[in-house]
This record gives sequence, structure tokens and C-alpha cells, in this order.
Amino acid sequence: MLTRLAARALAGFGVVAGVVTLTFFLLRLAPGDPVEHLLGPAARPEQLAAQRHALGLDRSVPVQYTAWVSRFVRGDWGISIAKGRPVRTVLSDAWPTTVRLVGLSLLLSYLLGIAIGAVQAHRQGSRLDTALSVITVTLFAVPGFWLGLMLVVVLTYWARALPAFGSAGLDADYLTGWARFMDSARHLALPLATLTLIGVGGSARFVRGAMMDLAAQPFVTTAHAKGLTPWQVTWRHTLRNALTPVVTLLGLSLPALFSGAVLVEAVFAWPGVGRVLVEGVQARDYPVVMAATAVSAFLVVLGNLLADVLAAWLDPRVRSTQ
Amino acid sequence: MRRLLRDRRGAFGAGVLALVIVCAIAAPLVTNGDPNTQGNIVATRFLAPLSTDGTGAFHPLGTDRFGRDVWTRLVYGARVSLGVGLLAVLISITLGVAVGALAGYGRGPLPLVLLGLTDFALALPRIVLLLLLAALWQPSTALVIVVLGLTGWMGVARLVHGEVRALAARPFVEGAVALGARRLRVLARHILPNALTPVIVAAALGIGNAITLEASLSFLGLGVQPPTPSWGNMIASGRDVLVNAPWVATVPGVALALVVVACTLLGDAVRDAMEPSAPLS
Repeated sequence: MLTRLAARALAGFGVVAGVVTLTFFLLRLAPGDPVEHLLGPAARPEQLAAQRHALGLDRSVPVQYTAWVSRFVRGDWGISIAKGRPVRTVLSDAWPTTVRLVGLSLLLSYLLGIAIGAVQAHRQGSRLDTALSVITVTLFAVPGFWLGLMLVVVLTYWARALPAFGSAGLDADYLTGWARFMDSARHLALPLATLTLIGVGGSARFVRGAMMDLAAQPFVTTAHAKGLTPWQVTWRHTLRNALTPVVTLLGLSLPALFSGAVLVEAVFAWPGVGRVLVEGVQARDYPVVMAATAVSAFLVVLGNLLADVLAAWLDPRVRSTQ
Repeated sequence: MRRLLRDRRGAFGAGVLALVIVCAIAAPLVTNGDPNTQGNIVATRFLAPLSTDGTGAFHPLGTDRFGRDVWTRLVYGARVSLGVGLLAVLISITLGVAVGALAGYGRGPLPLVLLGLTDFALALPRIVLLLLLAALWQPSTALVIVVLGLTGWMGVARLVHGEVRALAARPFVEGAVALGARRLRVLARHILPNALTPVIVAAALGIGNAITLEASLSFLGLGVQPPTPSWGNMIASGRDVLVNAPWVATVPGVALALVVVACTLLGDAVRDAMEPSAPLS
């Protein structure tokens, strides 16, 4: 198990290195550079050249790459070209906001998905099952950014119940204690609901499928034959065994969830990494894009690794194979 | 096939898709004019659904900020969205089948390299790749197709790899090898045709996924560029007028969701129909 974990970690490191390298060279291939965005269309060629020299952008791309890597691993992430702030500060402001959104929606959408999928598999073929199937397949199909817009129409414009933009109100700095918590919770509500709803569709469908695949297995028949109630069989035997693939899926769904978060952040002006990334790519803000990509690739790899460990803990068979 | 249509999900999915495709192909017949026509903008913009403008033209789904008919744009947008989805999936299926087949039946270090590449591409946050690739060139419809095709093949590759590996050990393949058929011929004539069912299912799901991603890219302004209507840029253009004209953003989203539901249900139904052993659900 430990050697397997070490191998996975090594492969994960390779993935992160590959993602970072690919991003670096793709960014340099793109037309336009940060200096043009920084100095504007009125800048004279010699001004552009001077600024490029000051930022080290006039060196060859491989040289820049080595320089960036050696500084990055030593913890020097550079300064945002467009914003003038240290990249570390930009990211340490943005990451907690994204993690709060993505983490909570991951938790909620899987808890809800497992519950719905288990109920559906338990009452397979019933009207409830059909109704829930219709709902989950619809949620699965709806694009997240559009669902977000619809929630804004209904809950912000019509019901006037929840704020639609940002992660805190304009007066948040003057609020304390409970009022401040409620303010951030109200701002979190719509983006969280959007990400959770689109997640529930996928996870519920997956859990239902995984449990129905198990329904014909001998151990389920045995459990029934022992005289357990159908609910005990579902809860203690089928569901527990269906959880292993679900946990693996959870790890694999991290990149998709992150992608979804980028769009949902764009809809709700949520000041997270997705927005930093989109703005960074548009302004060709090389240091910001590189650091944001490196950290998100690292988190995705870490998530997959954790899912692996969790799957092994849930299912002894995984531990002994390979 | 009959089994497929007896399944309510299959019938629904096929029906919806057929309807949308017929509308898209027959766009000039089912709509009243060009999707980009702008008449008297002040008089005809933001007309509510089911209204008639000054010239007597009827707008079943209302008009947008330039007085363009939303129904007309929706139908012409279906051409773009479905076209992008189909072509992108064609690219990703071709790539995925090629990589998966070579990884599953190739010899030497090739499978290992290809599998490593697949796992690597699978771990990339797709949206980052899409953002970068879309920033490389001027956004255009062709670019969206290529980008979606190039970022969507990994799942298919894994699927085909598994199928090919399993089929390669079956007696009929060993028979073909024993008869002296070359490996490439065995792969193309004996193994791949038997591995196609999951590929068809993946393609059905992939089209829905590609249409959604096209809409996402267009929504961010990196996809199909206005005035060419796509469902994604229609939603984006309706975003600023959610309060006074919610139908502009609502209508293309509903169409999008309907098509993706249809693709998903059809995919499910095909899978169940091709596996007679699996219980109908």
C-alpha cells in the first residue's frame, strides 16, 4: 500500500510539473504580452522594449522558464504584472474564497446525491424513483452558469431574497459577529446552491447505478435470506459497497468541479481563483496564471490521492490489489 | 433498435433530438427571416413572447435588444450548437479510439506512453486548457470545435483501452491471430467493431457535454462570436437584461438543457439495449 501510494504521489508530481510546463509554453505562444496590456496602445516601441527588459521578458523562453521554476520552488512567486501586488497575496486572498465554495458544494452535493441515489435504488421502479430520475437527469444536463442566472432572476430580482454578486456586502467591514456571518452566508447561498444542484444530478445518478449493479450480487441475496429488512440490506450492505466507486468518482470529479467553479464565479462575481485565472489569461499576467495553475493542479492531484486513500480505507479489497 | 424505441427514455431522447435536428436543417422554413436582421430597433426591441410588432411580424419567443426574433435565433443557433457538438465529438472519438486501441493492443513501450499521456490529460483542469487554447488565437467557431475535440478524447481512450484489452484475450481474436492475420488487421476487423457499443454511448453523452462546453466558452466571450447566434452567446447577451427581458437568456438555456437531457437519456437507453442482460429500468 505504501509503495503504491509513493508511486501515485510521484506520478502526481509528474502531472503537476507537466501541467505547469504546458501552461508556461502555451502562454508564451499566445499573441500579445502583458506589457502591451500594461502600457496601453499609446506606448512607443522603445517604452515597450524597456518595460519588457525590466520584467525579463526579452530573454529566451527556455531561460525564462528555468528562472521561473527555480524561483517558484524557492517560494518566490513574483509580482502580478497587471495588479502590481505580490502573486502570493493575490492567491491567498482568492483561494480561501474558492475552497469555501467548492468544498462546501462538494460535501453537500455528494451527501445529497448519495441519499437520493440510495432512496432511488431502494424503491427502484417506483413513481418516486422515476420522478427523482427526471429531476436528477435535468440537473445533470443544465449548464451551471445558466442555472445560476435563473436563480438570480427568481431569488434576487423577483423575490428580492438574496444578493447576487460578490462574497460580501459593501458594508461587510463594519459588521461584527453574527451579522457578518449572516452577510457572508447570504452571499454564499446562490453560488453554493448553483454548484451543489448541478453536482447532485451527477452523483445521484452514479450512486443509483452503482447500487443497482450490486443488487444481483450473491452477498445481497444472502443478506435478504438472513431475514434482514430491505432497508437494512440497502443501508448496511448495498450502499456501503457502492461507496468505493463513489469515492473514486469524487476524486476524479475535482477538475470538473473546479471548471464549473470558474464559470459560476464569473456569473456571481465571486472573488475566487477562477476569476483570478480568467482575468490573468486575458491580461497575459504570466506570474499570476502560472502560480494559479500550479496550485490548482496540485490540489487536483492531492484530491485524487486522498480519494485513493479513502477508497482503500473503505474497501479492504483495494488495499490488497496491486 | 426496436428495444431502444420501446424504452421510454430512448424514444424521448430520439424524438427530441430528431425534432431539433429537423428544425435546424429546415431553419428557413420554420422561422421568419434572417437571424441577424435588425429592423426598427427602438420599436421592436425586448418585445415579450407571443407579441406582434408594428410590421405585423409575430414573435413567438419575443425579441432581443436589437429587435431580433429570439425563435429565429434559437433555431439558427441550434445549427451552430449542434454542429459544434457533433464535429467536436467526432474529433474526440477519433482520437480516443485511436489512442485507446493502440494502448490496448500495441506492443513495447507504446501502451505505457499513451496511457500516461491519457492520465495526464485527464488530470488537467479542462477549463484552464480551454481558456489558454481559446486565448491563443482569435476566438472563432472552428477554434471551439478543435479545442473541444482536443480536450475531450481521454474518457473514450480509457474506455476503448479497457474494451480492447478484454477482447484481445477472447477466443475469436486468438483464432484470427492463429490464422495469420496481421495485428493491425486483427485490431481493425475483429476487435474494434466489437468495442463500439460503449463508444456510441460515450458519443451520445459527449455531444451533450460538448454543447454545454461550447455554451460555456461562448458565455465567457471565448467561443462563437456574435452576431452568429449560438445558444451560449444568446444566454450571455441575455445576462444584462435579466430584469426587463428574462426570456432572452431563459429560452436558449431551456433548449440547451432539453438537448443535453435527450442525449443523456438516449445514451442510457442505447447502453441498456445493447446489454440484453442488464435489467430494464
